[in-house]
Amino acid sequence: MNAVKFLIAAYIATWVIHGTYLATLVSRFRGLKRQMKELGKK
Amino acid sequence: MKRIFPILAVLSAAFLAYATYRNLAVAPTDELQGDVYRIIYYHVPSAWTAFLLFFINFIASIEYLVSEKPSAKAAARWIVIAIGVVGVIASFLPQVQAMLPTGMRPSAVATTVIMIPAFYFLIGWLFPGQRLDVLAVTSAEVGVVFCTIVLVTGPIWARPVWGIWWAPGDIRLTSTLVLWLIYVSYLVLRRFSSSAQTQMLAAALAVFGALDVPLVYFSIWFFRTQHPQPVIGGGGSMDPRMLDTLLMSWMAFLFFAFLVCWARFRLEVMKRDVEEAHAMESLVGAGAGKASVPLTRSSR
Repeated sequence: MNAVKFLIAAYIATWVIHGTYLATLVSRFRGLKRQMKELGKK
Repeated sequence: MKRIFPILAVLSAAFLAYATYRNLAVAPTDELQGDVYRIIYYHVPSAWTAFLLFFINFIASIEYLVSEKPSAKAAARWIVIAIGVVGVIASFLPQVQAMLPTGMRPSAVATTVIMIPAFYFLIGWLFPGQRLDVLAVTSAEVGVVFCTIVLVTGPIWARPVWGIWWAPGDIRLTSTLVLWLIYVSYLVLRRFSSSAQTQMLAAALAVFGALDVPLVYFSIWFFRTQHPQPVIGGGGSMDPRMLDTLLMSWMAFLFFAFLVCWARFRLEVMKRDVEEAHAMESLVGAGAGKASVPLTRSSR
């Protein structure tokens, strides 16, 4: 059925949004870790 | 956290995978819509999770606003207790029941009302002081992510069923978009304002923003909209297997949201620690600079 492509699109879109958000969290976490290391060195 | 978090993350992934399997393979196909209706298992749990997170943001913001003054804190505590008591009693009065939309059970209203004092005292106890503000920003940000999913999956579902992506002027759709915009502006305010009053301003904005949540939720009860009327507790009927699958999917998303909030909370605490350390460093630097000025002058 043609409408199934909309179902697949909705499920993929959901996980793309969650994945992108989780990636930003990991990126921010790494940035803070780096800053903490730099502060520790000083 | 280092030990238990990965275990919970794996459990959450397994739970989500199982819920998705049930969504796609176990729940029966809808007679009218066919398989595309299965979007409901992502769309509705995401909406409920977003509402819950915005509600947490609302409670945390109120508690943060009153936390400065002990008198305001005591007044807020008594107001919240009064809301709980009066709300529960009122929901069983025949005059109030007559005003409820068809299919809305008084017990459901009473349970919702009792959640206000329950969450208020639980959050106040678990998140004292500045942690309230950390919880507010955490719940708002994760809530926006879930609300974004609602706004993306809704039109994808609407296109094959209604024949249009968006129904302009529909109160449910418009109020959800406004809700999303309010919380995005809340996050933008927190991200780019450097005023000392930012946290208070954001908390005040969050309180006004939360007023939109009941409008979004009850819009399909009180108004005729393109969006379907409620199928749960609204006089509508849903196959028990579909309902089970929907609730299972919501549990899986709630667990996932809890973990994401936990990680985001830790990140915010860490960010504030780093900012504090930077501020201390610049203060020490400035102090050293000031100390050197008179020395330089006296040497002249």
